[in-house]
Amino acid sequence: MLRDQDRIFTNIYGFADGGLAGARQRGDWDDTSSLIARGRTVIVDEVRKSGLRGRGGAGFVTGLKWSFMPKEVGARPHYLVVNADEGEPGTCKDREILRHEPHKLIEGSLIAAVAMGAHACYVYIRGEFYREAEALQRAIDEAYDAGLIGRNAAGSGWDFDMYIHRGAGAYICGEETALLESIEGKKGQPRLKPPFPANVGLWGCPTTVNNVETIAVVPTILRRGGDWFAGLGRPKNTGTKLFNISGHVNQPCTVEEEMGIPLKDLIERHAGGVRGGWNNLLAVIPGGASVPLIPKSVCETVRMDFDSLQQAKSGLGTAGLMVMDKSTDIVKAIARLSKFYKHESCGQCTPCREGSGWMWRMMERLTVGRASFEEIDLLEQVTRQVEGHTICAFGDAAAWPIQGLLRHFRPELEQRVRDYQNARSRAAA
Amino acid sequence: MPKLTIDGTVVEVEPGLTVLQACELIDVEIPRFCYHERLSIAGNCRMCLVAMEGSPKPIASCAMPAADGMVIHTNTPEVHKMREGVMEFLLINHPLDCPICDQGGECDLQDQALFYGFDRGRYIENKRAVRDKYMGPLIKTIMTRCIHCTRCIRFATEVAGVPEIGAIGRGENMEVVTYLDQALASELSGNVIDLCPVGALTSKPYAFVARPWELSKTETIDVMDAVGSNIRVDARGGEVLRVLPRLNEEINEEWISDKSRFACDGLRRQRLDRPYLRVDGKLRPVRWQEAFDAIAARIKNLPGRKIAAVAGDLVDCEAMVALQDLMAALGSPHLDCRQDGAALPAEPRSAYLFNTTIAGIASAGACLLIGTNPRREAPIINARIRERYRAGGFQIGVIGPADDLTYPYDHLGDGPEALVKIADGAHPFAEVLRASETPMIVVGQGALLRGDGGAVLAAVRKLVDTCGILRPDSGWNGFNVLHTAAARVGGLDLGFVPQRGGKDVAAIVAGAEAGEIEVVYLLGADELPMERLGGAFVIYQGHHGDAGAHRADVILPGAAYTEKDATYVNTEGRVQFATRVCYPPGDAREDWAILRALSDALECSLPFERLADVRARLREVNPVFAEPDVIVRAPWGTFGGTGEVGSEPFVSPIENFYMTNAISRASVTMAECTRAFAGKSEKKTGTHG
Repeated sequence: MLRDQDRIFTNIYGFADGGLAGARQRGDWDDTSSLIARGRTVIVDEVRKSGLRGRGGAGFVTGLKWSFMPKEVGARPHYLVVNADEGEPGTCKDREILRHEPHKLIEGSLIAAVAMGAHACYVYIRGEFYREAEALQRAIDEAYDAGLIGRNAAGSGWDFDMYIHRGAGAYICGEETALLESIEGKKGQPRLKPPFPANVGLWGCPTTVNNVETIAVVPTILRRGGDWFAGLGRPKNTGTKLFNISGHVNQPCTVEEEMGIPLKDLIERHAGGVRGGWNNLLAVIPGGASVPLIPKSVCETVRMDFDSLQQAKSGLGTAGLMVMDKSTDIVKAIARLSKFYKHESCGQCTPCREGSGWMWRMMERLTVGRASFEEIDLLEQVTRQVEGHTICAFGDAAAWPIQGLLRHFRPELEQRVRDYQNARSRAAA
Repeated sequence: MPKLTIDGTVVEVEPGLTVLQACELIDVEIPRFCYHERLSIAGNCRMCLVAMEGSPKPIASCAMPAADGMVIHTNTPEVHKMREGVMEFLLINHPLDCPICDQGGECDLQDQALFYGFDRGRYIENKRAVRDKYMGPLIKTIMTRCIHCTRCIRFATEVAGVPEIGAIGRGENMEVVTYLDQALASELSGNVIDLCPVGALTSKPYAFVARPWELSKTETIDVMDAVGSNIRVDARGGEVLRVLPRLNEEINEEWISDKSRFACDGLRRQRLDRPYLRVDGKLRPVRWQEAFDAIAARIKNLPGRKIAAVAGDLVDCEAMVALQDLMAALGSPHLDCRQDGAALPAEPRSAYLFNTTIAGIASAGACLLIGTNPRREAPIINARIRERYRAGGFQIGVIGPADDLTYPYDHLGDGPEALVKIADGAHPFAEVLRASETPMIVVGQGALLRGDGGAVLAAVRKLVDTCGILRPDSGWNGFNVLHTAAARVGGLDLGFVPQRGGKDVAAIVAGAEAGEIEVVYLLGADELPMERLGGAFVIYQGHHGDAGAHRADVILPGAAYTEKDATYVNTEGRVQFATRVCYPPGDAREDWAILRALSDALECSLPFERLADVRARLREVNPVFAEPDVIVRAPWGTFGGTGEVGSEPFVSPIENFYMTNAISRASVTMAECTRAFAGKSEKKTGTHG
């Protein structure tokens, strides 16, 4: 259990003032210029030492990602882009940061910008986050007024500007390259990689795209040291993390916890336990809609970090837990996710464009059992045909929830088919 | 240079190539739909996936740069399975209506489904249906067949420069549309039909006309403009059904203009298929001999100075040389192939050529367009200029009408004043040209076919000197004349111009009006002021009942460009041979043969028995005809007329791109295009709805 003194987001619930004065009381913007004065290399090294992994879902090591940026700023400027297009179903961690801790994000952006030689930062905020965009803009204005960003930001000698770009509500625009396309005013469709954004990003310039939470924890890591952060959690899965627990729990909540906390602990301690008791648990989707679900048996022991969940054939993703008790129609639940992916596929590349609709339609029929047994295998094959064959990870995200369902609940699917066939033959008789 | 292993073969490739291109080097075929050599890489069809050792996921070979040490597998069962998977996805929402699809038999999807398709579908849901879109009178759309490869979108945006096609909607609802459902306003729009790998975009005029395996395919040369695009003409029986581009990197790459592609239906209309003789003011069909007798009766005993000949825009060199020799035999010095009256000199050769060459535009560093709208006069060349502009670092100036050329340019002036200013070095653009290592200027016919055309050419010649358009040390020649007529360069090469003491076209018309010229021989010349030919006896030899035939006293039916083995010289001075696709209709004959027969009737027989004899005569007149398909460097010299330049603004000679010659004027398709596109640029007035 995370000790209170190790908490990074001390105002995540908004009980205190989210403005600049309140943020300063919590330690934000405290001698930022000296953090910046440590220099680019030291900052990157410190972040790398902390073992911080990207909080947007993929879990790429942040310090390493930053080090991909060209060491010298050439003819093309460098950009920092903050991904605040939090569209993953079941996830609402960035929202809380934008609402109540925007200064952590702004300060983190400044430091990250220094670490990659950028003078401009774009925050791409999900369109639906209207109030959150307002809150962030307020905070940015405050920071400008206080001289914390802008020319000679926070007295560091570094010029830094921060812009908000509001999205229009497309899930795919949370994919980093689609996000860049969207900022450029184009249709939000992921780009081919290589080249990677660190080489050819926003407007063809070196760019790093980071999640809100990733950026927001950076100032604290620098203040308290990479070793402190690395001391939390488990090896290679260090630090603290915001977890969102929703669904059939007694107290849905967002909570900051140590990485690697057992899933059961998380639910029991912070979310007031599963509705109707632990034994009423059916399954949990542990990391936002894109990761495969894990049944109760796995939930008993699994720890909430990247590697443990990967071993359990799921993933930490954004750490948005969706808890489902035994009242859940699990097939229908996954079918609903399939519908979401069918709706949000950008349509650019073939497997995802055609496969997401096909998978959804099969899922809809399987919900009522109107299918043959062979089609369960077909569905599995279709998910395999989509997975890994697309331009971006969206195809994987559309395939994995179904794969999780088939892995753990195949008997349930077969039962539905059987029931449907029996009902039909009864009706025919 | 990166060295990689593909299916066990080590291959060393140029840096910057993709894995797919590396595979092609060693003849490993990679299936693809979205990838196209001349378009940007989209990587969206996923058909070209291959396995790469060390990569957990398969890679899109069309987009992955070939790197040192890569180990690629393209023929493993896994790769085959991936392709089958992608193919299945492409087919689940494809209507599979091949029996009624015009693409059938030449469809990429059909071909590749033979290798990677299942023999039955596993998709039992309802298929997607998509509403068809309007893309104008040339492109038929059946959007349900679309596989979203975005080739058409990329072509319109990148090559054609009209970003009017795009995709709307998301996921399986993504649809390819034109902006506000308007026709695609590009002179190159027909190329999207070739690019479309399926039957989503097909040719509207060709819809349900033929199957590819019924057609005889002949490789030949286009004459709709002076570019000399290489084309393939598909015919069935004696009928030309469609025209497709043929790859020629130095001329048209693999594009052709809409006029080249779609004007072929004009070959079936308004044809002159038998000789006619005007009797009592009316044209009456006659036999060849009667027509020749009538001509002989009129010409015999007439002094040569009372006879004149004008060659038109679509005439082949064989016919011109035959007529030239016939006129010499008749003692007439009045010849002209510049029926529009352009002030083009017959020498030096480089004075009337596109010396930079079409492919050479790619290495130009700055460009000045004088009195030309290349978009209308030669869309293929315009696409090259645009391609060069897209590569960056290319400043373009325009003197003349400020039309939309699909790329930005500096508009330096409307008429000769700006030209003179640059030639005098009094204009900043002169410095742009001088600063470039490879500056080019393009002089259009709009600058030359005017009263002061000679003076304009002289000003251009001066500009060449003052702005360093010629760079003798590097061999760069940036002086270019952009012709609009396929016959013009050939005519000038043959010297089909007034001989000693001869009249040019304006003087011929004036002479005919005044009665000094009594016989005018029009070889496919339709763009003259026919009403001013006075009482002259007009012989029209050509293939279409156009202006010339209307005025004629005798009509000799000739062959169109698809109906004869003929020689054409394009605006670069490249000699190319057209091949006969089918025979001329009815009694019509090849043009040199008509002139040969007529020479017998006039008792001054031309010494040609076979086509080879005529070609030998061509080579005799000008040795360039001995070197087909290549550029012969033309000698440089002084040229240009005298007098003062006027102040009239330059105007492009082509008002309506779709109707510029007898064939396109007879084409129904071109008429529809005229209705759809021409006049679009007119400013709307208050009374427009």
